[in-house]
Amino acid sequence: MKRDAGLLRVQGLRIEVATAAGWHAAIDDLALVIGPGECLVLCGESGSGKSLTALALMRLLPEGVRQTAGTVWLGDTELTALPEAAMRRLRGGRLAMIFQEPMVSLNPVMRIDRQIAEALRAHRGLAGRAAAAEVARLLDAVGLKPEHGLSYPFQLSGGQRQRTLIAMMLAGEPEVLIADEPTTALDVTVQAQILRLLKRLQRERGMGLLLITHDLDLAHDVADRVVVMYAGQIVEEAPRDALYTDARHPYTQALMRAMPAHGQGPLQAIPGAPPAVGAAFTGCRFADRCERVQPRCVQEAPALSTVSEGHRVRCHLAGQPAAARTHGPAQGGREQWEGPVLLQVEGLAVRFPIRRGLLRRTVGWVRAVDGVSLTVDRAETLALVGESGCGKTTLARAILRLIEPSAGRVLLNGVDLTRLSSSALRRARADMQIVFQDPYGSLNPRLRVSEIIAEGIAALRPELGRQARQRRVGELLEQVGLPQDAAARYPHAFSGGQRQRIAIARALAVEPKLLILDEPTSALDVSVQAQILGLLEALQARHGLAYLFITHNLPLVARIARRVLVMYRGRVVEAGPTRQLFAQPLHPYTRLLLASAPGQGLAAAVEPAEHGPDVTAGCAYAARCALAEVRCRRSEPPLAAHGEGRVVACWLAGPR
Amino acid sequence: MTLPFQPVILWSDALLLMLLAAVAAFVLHTLRHEHLRAPWRAVWDSRLGMAAAVVLAAYGLIGLLDSLHFRARLPAAAGEPPQYAAEVLSLFDHLVGPLRTQVEESYSAPFATHLFVKKTLVTADGRVVRDYPRLKYGGAHLPDPQGRWADVAARGIEGAGLGSLLAAGAWGLAALGLAVHRRQPLATALAALARERTLKGPRAALLTLTLLVLLTGAVAALAPHYHVLGTDKVGQDVLYLALKSIRTGLLIGTLTTLVVLPLALTLGVAAGYFGGWVDDVIQYLYTTINSIPGVLLIAAAVLVAQVHIETNPQLYDTAAARSDLRLVFLCLILGLTGWVGLARLLRGETLKLRELEYVQAARAFGVTHARILVRHVLPNVAHLVLITLVLDFSGLVLAEAVLSYVGVGVDPVMPSWGNMINGARLELAREPVVWWQLAAAFLFMFVLVLAANLFADSVRAAFDPRSGRIA
Ligand SMILES: Nc1ncnc2c1ncn2[C@@H]1O[C@H](COP(=O)(O)OP(=O)(O)OP(=O)(O)O)[C@@H](O)[C@H]1O
Ligand code: SF4
Ligand code: SF4
Ligand SMILES: [Mg+2]
Repeated sequence: MKRDAGLLRVQGLRIEVATAAGWHAAIDDLALVIGPGECLVLCGESGSGKSLTALALMRLLPEGVRQTAGTVWLGDTELTALPEAAMRRLRGGRLAMIFQEPMVSLNPVMRIDRQIAEALRAHRGLAGRAAAAEVARLLDAVGLKPEHGLSYPFQLSGGQRQRTLIAMMLAGEPEVLIADEPTTALDVTVQAQILRLLKRLQRERGMGLLLITHDLDLAHDVADRVVVMYAGQIVEEAPRDALYTDARHPYTQALMRAMPAHGQGPLQAIPGAPPAVGAAFTGCRFADRCERVQPRCVQEAPALSTVSEGHRVRCHLAGQPAAARTHGPAQGGREQWEGPVLLQVEGLAVRFPIRRGLLRRTVGWVRAVDGVSLTVDRAETLALVGESGCGKTTLARAILRLIEPSAGRVLLNGVDLTRLSSSALRRARADMQIVFQDPYGSLNPRLRVSEIIAEGIAALRPELGRQARQRRVGELLEQVGLPQDAAARYPHAFSGGQRQRIAIARALAVEPKLLILDEPTSALDVSVQAQILGLLEALQARHGLAYLFITHNLPLVARIARRVLVMYRGRVVEAGPTRQLFAQPLHPYTRLLLASAPGQGLAAAVEPAEHGPDVTAGCAYAARCALAEVRCRRSEPPLAAHGEGRVVACWLAGPR
Repeated sequence: MTLPFQPVILWSDALLLMLLAAVAAFVLHTLRHEHLRAPWRAVWDSRLGMAAAVVLAAYGLIGLLDSLHFRARLPAAAGEPPQYAAEVLSLFDHLVGPLRTQVEESYSAPFATHLFVKKTLVTADGRVVRDYPRLKYGGAHLPDPQGRWADVAARGIEGAGLGSLLAAGAWGLAALGLAVHRRQPLATALAALARERTLKGPRAALLTLTLLVLLTGAVAALAPHYHVLGTDKVGQDVLYLALKSIRTGLLIGTLTTLVVLPLALTLGVAAGYFGGWVDDVIQYLYTTINSIPGVLLIAAAVLVAQVHIETNPQLYDTAAARSDLRLVFLCLILGLTGWVGLARLLRGETLKLRELEYVQAARAFGVTHARILVRHVLPNVAHLVLITLVLDFSGLVLAEAVLSYVGVGVDPVMPSWGNMINGARLELAREPVVWWQLAAAFLFMFVLVLAANLFADSVRAAFDPRSGRIA
């Protein structure tokens, strides 16, 4: 094969996975080219084969997965034919990869600088003073301070760990760096920093970057070219701008409509679910979910056809752009709704003891939630946003009294839950239920779906007989859009989205007035997320449910909530009607969150300081705040009104 | 009407039957639930696992037969109340008849025709010589002991031949079962059984069974005429003793579970679920127990049991009842010292489960603690319990041998591998060596422990989440 301009060239890649019924193709005839200094983003829903592609390039396929065809050229080296010893030298050297969860890739008992030095010795033979100098240079290149080199991985934050991993990978001066969802486990603000870092390094070093993500908005910010995968095939490949202005494949178009950051109409879900590995196809793999499907599509598989320079699409209708779609009426909105107050939280606080030493004496307290007040009206959606660790989930659990609050009141329909005896509390809980983030951890794998849903009915409405209970389960399944035969099956038979529907049915079973939704869609793909949000909206309209929607996804908030509450380190820093708050954020932290959300280019975001030492007095945000002044460090800004139902806790917000 | 025997239920028998009932209930429950059955299918597919299961089943069968005890009725004159023998026998004793009753005077080697020790004999012409006398039973049917190997071979082959008929029957039955299940002709099913990849587990089981049956056939044909594994100091057949020891080993391995399980489950799960002072107390308890040397506790407990039996002879009317009580005591004390590991494991797992969202969701419904424990926690730790118990089993069998060897194990008159080894150790100094007693005990113990470990491995592999798909 002739050597080509592309740094990394993949041709005809086919990967098979072992299923109960033999080997089945998970990746089919995949071709990629990544030029020097180019950033290619591989995009697609869960299970589309992104990770397998990356692992195949590294020749790190797990057991039960094999590559059966295809060549991978890195420069003039053919990787699939390389002996394992040579490949080992190449990994982390000319070709490097960083993974989603940095903690598993780092050695927990080895200092950061030593780990980087080891990579230097392995790939560049550096030792002693030369290595130490290079370690310092690399730490600086990834934005870590020299003292971070002296720490152990557990002492670092998620973002710092990811930086460390990037430094280790840079140690081998790779020609191509593969990053598989490098920021999925991180907060938006940190995600923006890491992406900016990767982008900068790629430009400075002329390195090829293969970034894998499920987030089209994120792809927009970093990509030179984007490849969209569906069911193990490339369905569309285009230069970045061409893709976002002129997406041709119905799947790409549908994905874009399902992304919360695009448009303002209700999110449009893609019906159905991606095919499982091993499904037999005769025609187009997307045919059963495609809104433009033709008779021809079912019989004849479309090939990749070129629509313009570098823009290739796998669709029979590739030549005909879709008619512009009109968005539905703007939503985010029923702002006119003014229901009576349903839930009122006043000064709620939760603190956890820090125990040390042999006798586990309490040496201090973590204030997970620190004096939060909020109200939720009947049939409204209140969004609660904030980074991970800011106390969102703790707040949710304290409201339900799954954790005992240490101060404050929770009034539900005017009754103070914090004072109820446990039997009265049990009855009161019928009005308030919770749906959790992890659709896999929230259903007991040993119970049938009918038993799971009936559990709450049995506990809170024991007067219902067995038959009445089963009838109710049937109704609920129908309401959340699951088939009746789901009742007799076990959770493992369902996908993430379906499990979340089961969890919603379980919560609805006791006819609550308020649902606390703790990141209900963050573990789901965008197309499924849109389905679940559609369901929640329909249920709200039908039953007049109120939602307390906890999330870190700001674009999503804009699409679903009437009011927003922004939390930082256990406190509310800003709250107000969604539209005004998004249009004119007053708190520096809110501004940072909004600027960090993917989809608007990385340049827009201001680089915030890393977490400084914890402040004990004054504004909690002062350690990261670019505007902080002396006053901020001395006394804490109160949550003050700024007109139109808006409140802000910042000295510099000033009256408007 | 009076029975020709009087059933005797020893303590250990009763406990064993209870345990069997529990296992049967567990199996039925598993069969009825698809998700519980799924991991067992992996065991069913595992060649080593299935082969080990057959060996374990064979041991289990012998142990069970040996646990059905009775006292035979003595011949009595008509009109008198029936009298029963003082000796408690088991169904197993009854079945192997000659093995038990053909007692020689002292040591004899496997397949020997003469005693291992010289005796003063009076020959037919009245001279007194010291020589090895012929055995009373071993090879007694042979006019000329020179021909014994030919005889052994002939009888062995004949027995194995009978065994092979049985094995063929087993294959036929399995094929018939498969044919009915799959609605295939019998020949197709038989071919599938012999070759199909998906049936490799059952095939391994059948092959093991075949081997076992052939061996049993040969031994059964030989045993009435020879001491296949020799005799011990008092002339008892070593094969008989080794087989009788199976029950002891199995009981120690399983009855201990009856003590371990409730303790570990309640304490471990309670510590993990409730936390706080409950956790502190339970942790304190098991740390304390763990820091006392186990052997000392066991020695003390066995001594107490011994004293109790000696001061209350009226309570235990037979020798069997006395040694049985000591066995039960041993299990009890092994259990009391042995629950800590499992409890610690369960505490950790429950600590994790307690924070899981389905438990939180149940709490949000106000489901009671008891119900949460039964529905959400116990079923999700069951696999851990199972794996630990199966793994512990072989450890306990070995522990019995060691404890009996140092004299704080089972009653010295109770057949057990530990006692056999203990009895053999002094004779190892003899010239030529009396090796068969030791070898037999080791062989039987080794096969059991190996099978238990292989089976435990395949169970662990089947339940290990890591053996599934990686995300
Ligand atoms: N070790 C494995 N054994 C069997 N099948 C596997 C294995 N790993 C992945 N698969 C299957 O291969 C397909 C592609 O998986 P892959 O992990 O590449 O998806 P992905 O696009 O990276 O998804 P995600 O966004 O969830 O990371 C999936 O259907 C998956 O179920
Ligand atoms: S080929 Fe047909 S079914 Fe497939 S994406 Fe194009 S229009 Fe839809
Ligand atoms: S009070 Fe000061 S430190 Fe805090 S957010 Fe406002 S400007 Fe920044
Ligand atoms: Mg992946």
